[in-house]
Formats: sequence, structure tokens, C-alpha cells
Amino acid sequence: MFKLSLNNLNDLFKAAAEGSALYIPADDGAGQARFTRWCDGMEMSKALKTVKSAKEFFFPQTESLVDFKMKGKEIEIIDPRTETEDFVVFGVRACDARSFSILDKVFLADPVDTYYKSRREHGTIVTMACSRPEETCFCTAFGVDPTAPEGDAVCYMTEDELFIEAKTEKGTAFVEKVKAVLEDGDASAVEAQKAAVKDILPKLPLANLSTDAFGGDKLMELFDSPKWAELSASCLGCGTCTFVCPTCQCYDIRDFETGHGVKRFRCWDSCMFSDFTKMAHGNPRLTQLERFRQRFMHKLVYFPANNDGEFGCVGCGRCLSKCPISMNIVKVMKTLEGESK
Amino acid sequence: MQGKMIARAKELLQNGTVNRVIGWKAGDFAYDITPAVFSSAEELDAGFVYNDFCGANFSKYLVKESRKEGKILVFLKPCDTYSFNQLTKEHRIIRDNIYVVGVPCDGKTDGETLKLKGITGITGIKTEGDSFVVDTLYGEKTIAKADALPERCLSCKSKKHVAYDELLGEDGEVCESNRFDMVEKLEAMSSEERFAFWRGELSRCIRCNACRNVCPACTCERCVFDNDNSGIAQKAAADSFEENMFHIIRAFHVAGRCTDCGECSRVCPQNIPLHLLNRKFIKDINEFYGEFQAGEDTETRAPLNIFDTEDVEPSIVYEKGGN
Repeated sequence: MFKLSLNNLNDLFKAAAEGSALYIPADDGAGQARFTRWCDGMEMSKALKTVKSAKEFFFPQTESLVDFKMKGKEIEIIDPRTETEDFVVFGVRACDARSFSILDKVFLADPVDTYYKSRREHGTIVTMACSRPEETCFCTAFGVDPTAPEGDAVCYMTEDELFIEAKTEKGTAFVEKVKAVLEDGDASAVEAQKAAVKDILPKLPLANLSTDAFGGDKLMELFDSPKWAELSASCLGCGTCTFVCPTCQCYDIRDFETGHGVKRFRCWDSCMFSDFTKMAHGNPRLTQLERFRQRFMHKLVYFPANNDGEFGCVGCGRCLSKCPISMNIVKVMKTLEGESK
Repeated sequence: MQGKMIARAKELLQNGTVNRVIGWKAGDFAYDITPAVFSSAEELDAGFVYNDFCGANFSKYLVKESRKEGKILVFLKPCDTYSFNQLTKEHRIIRDNIYVVGVPCDGKTDGETLKLKGITGITGIKTEGDSFVVDTLYGEKTIAKADALPERCLSCKSKKHVAYDELLGEDGEVCESNRFDMVEKLEAMSSEERFAFWRGELSRCIRCNACRNVCPACTCERCVFDNDNSGIAQKAAADSFEENMFHIIRAFHVAGRCTDCGECSRVCPQNIPLHLLNRKFIKDINEFYGEFQAGEDTETRAPLNIFDTEDVEPSIVYEKGGN
């Protein structure tokens, strides 16, 4: 375990940004946090979470997949990818760190998504243990420990010091790289903070949220529940929940005609949208009820059915904070938990 | 007020005036309130709430709800009634199927606004006079209501209900609003500064469409941006200016019909001050065609829907905006 005074945080960032891109949570123009490419002097946000999750480092909102160039009857196929640069994402919370393993199950399963894989290989994740969980947090319901995040290296921030510990080969390389600004630290301050946060966790309003009523084997009783009607009644059909969610992974692939060729790109999509998964006859989910149900069934039933029981939610609470009508996975779970028993 | 509203809703259900009620439903925290339809006294007792966090404007829900069987009771705050009138004028809601009860409003806030003021870990909120006393996991915090209100309420345009079947509580007056102050500041900027301002704000857009979907002036059956056949239904931006254009075009589309309810800014997950675009149009319309407030009544024709010889010449518009 190494440490550094928070007064010297800029030195740490400077060392980390040497020869690779460094992203930290920083406050934007509206005072909310987002992962931003660090430049000298940039301060780390004090917010618990960024508005958008960290998933876009591996699964960006839009990306070019392939270009087609037409010359007479010839079609040239061009791979638009350039070499991915090494990058470090600093300050990822435990919930977001867990989301990467969920996304891996989708993108790294056969056939491997090489666009995603390349970014995963070039990215180093430095996580930050939580010291001030909020009322919207429920990561513990999904087995995440906010005091011990996953990641290549893990940081703990106390009042005046930052502690850092490498967990993987990449993490060791990261710590080696910034070692000049670090000093040896002993774990007692970290242990004290972990204990303090563990005292808060049971006091969180959603501490007792249970996943018992959900899972891959609860398909029909949940699907057929009459309660989806009231749950979805005031859904606006926007994509806020989907786009701030660390685990939502659906995308659309479209062609953009440039006049002398085609750029094929993919972009985040939302099952809440009316033009999602269009087939020859249109969207198979004709009503907002069906679209709304799809989103939650995916996280609570379909994903665990296909992934050894693992749920497609990490309890980050972004949808609780951001849904314009304050409808979210917690309300869905609480309303439906009686249905499958 | 909440008690009076529940009692009146029960009476109107009981005597058959309405068969359901659209209202605000309590959630897990003090602030996470969801619009919901209540069909019985029991449902009202179990979840109906009216407090400082009931910001949602129900007028747009009535486009669908007023087409269902039976009459629906809706509680409208003063600014909601402007949207209601506008939708009535546009024949988007079926007035006869709605019973409107006007309720007073002293401004509505939300959890996100409190969090931006540094109050996090909220476990309970009490209103004490002009302040919110907020219980948090990290101790009690007090914040003046005036400091906790979003911009749309700090520059409230009216506390007067312009549409209702009955009122609960006293009706207010149209306010002396300072709502164009920021627009004036933007107008005073050089075009480069203004461009930089909007690029900064709009660059945060994630194109979730929440602003469009909540907007009472956006009630097209199918938006061009959702229509594959429109040729512009891209879910990805072709360049870094596309999201900027989306918001500017949307503001043009609702110009003259936007009542300045401020829902667009309320729902934006990125806190983009979208209402400023609309206010610019409202201010321009006022200056070019005379004072006009969309939704003030259901008869007046909107300035952009009529042509007369008194209309401003395009050259004047150019002089004003062409610096």
C-alpha cells in the first residue's frame, strides 16, 4: 500500500498522464461530474458519481465500424480503426467497476467484439472506494462492496490522504509509473475508513432491497404481471435511464451515406425508444408498457438466465437520480417482488 | 393542501364526476415523486402526495388520458394551466373529458437541485417556513427554499390559473418576472461569446430525448427524429454540431406555442438550460409582434400564425440579430 497527500494529487495525475491519456471525474459547466481528459491543474470532482457511467470508455456512444468506398463497380472496404492509445480511467466507483465484468460477458463472448476488446486491453482502471454513499445507492443488493472495489488498482481517499494499492499486472505497472510521487503507507487509516462506511451501509434507505424474487427462473410470473401497466403508465419513453446506466449495452448499427461511400457506425440505442429493434414490420414491442418491461426483464430475468444468475444491474442509482418521472429499477423490484413468490 | 386535494378527489370519484385522478405518487425518498393515475379512495390514501417536489406538469399526459373512457380529474399548478390551454387550443386534448382542479404553487424543487447545492445522502425533508430542513446520512442540513428552487420557479411568470373547473385555495396574479434577464445577458454578448456559451452547454447533450418527450408543445404523433423514413432519424450525431442543431431546431418548432413551463430544463439529466432558447423566442415575439403569452387563453391566434401589415419587417429582425 502506498499513499500521497491530497495536496500532491496534481503530481500524481501528472505522473499518470505521462505517455498515456488520463481521465478523471471533473465537474462540468453545470457542476456535475463527468470523466474528463486530465490536463495540468484539473481538479477531481467531489461528487460520488459521474452523470454518465464509465462504460463509454469501452463502449462509446457512437463509433465507426467500417467504411465502404465506391468507385464504379468496385467497393473498397476500409477498417477505420487506428491504434488505440493506452489510457487510464481514475476514480471509477465500485458499481461502475463491476459493470465492466457484466459488459465483458456480452462483448467478449464468442464472437468477440474486437472494438470493445481492444479498448479493454488498452485501458487501466483505477477505482476509488466510496467514503460517502448516498441514499440512491444499492450496490450491496447486487453483491458489490463499495469499500473494496474491483479494478487494476484501488484507491482510498481519507480526509487528507490518498492510498493506492495495485491489484493486477496493469495496476502494478500503473503504481510503478507514479511511484516517484508516492510514499509507503500503512493500512490502518484505510481500515478505519472502511469500517466507518460499513457502519453507514445498513443505514442506507435501500439497504434491505432484495433480489430474491428475481432471476432467470422467474420468467413467466414476472412477464405476465399486471403491475407493469401502472409501473410504465407515466414513462416518457426517453432514453435517460438507458444512457446513464453502466450496464445497458444495446446498440444500433446504421449506415451513413457520405455521397461517395458509406460509413457504417454503431451507437447506443434504448429499448425505451419506439424505433428500437426495428424489423420488417416495425418494432415488435408496440406499446411503452412492453418497452419498459423489456428493460427491467433484461436486467432482472433474461441476463441472469443467460449468465449463471448474474443480474444486469450494479445498483449505482443513476436511474433513481435521473429519471424525469422518478420511476426506476428499485420501484419496479419493490412492486413486483410479491409476484414470483 | 394535500389533505384537501385527496378529500376533493374522493368526492369527485364518489359522485361520479370523474372515474380516475392523475396526480403525484410518493416514492422511496422525500423527493422521487412519480406521476400516476389513481382510481380509488384507497389508492389516493396510499400514495397521493402534494408537496414541494411535485414539479411534473400533467398537461401532456392528458393528450392520451383524455382519449380514454370517462372523465379524468387533473390537478394543475398555475404554470401547468398555460400548457393545458395551449393543448386545448391545438385540439390535442379533449377538454370535455377532463375536470381541472387548480392548486396553488410556491415553486417546486427536486432532489437533483438539492444535491447540486451539496446536500447528499438525503433521508428525509421537512418544510419549515421558508426553509427545507433536510435529514441526511451525514447530519441535518438547512437550506432556504429560495436557494433550493430551480431557475424556472425563481423567475415564475404567473401564479394565476388560466384554466380550471374549480380552484382549491386562493388564485394568484401574473408575476413581474425577471425571466428574460439571462436572455438579455446572452444578447449582450458578442456572437463569438454567445456561440461559445451554447457550444459549452449543448455539448453535454446525450440525446436521451427527455426534453422532447416531456415537452407539452411536442405532441407530434411521430417525431421526425424517430421516423426512419425522414432521412434525419439518426441516433448518432453526424458531427459535433448535430446535437446543438437538434435543440435549436426544436426551439424553432415550438416557438409561439411554448408556454415557458420549463419542463425541458427540469428533466435534462445534463442540466442544460434549454429554457433559455425558448425564452429567446418568446422575448423576440414580444418585441416584434407585441406581448404574447402562449396558453394564456384558448382563442387568441398566435403571432406566428397570422400575417398582417403591422408585422415586423424581416430587415428589422436582421438588424437586431445580425451583429
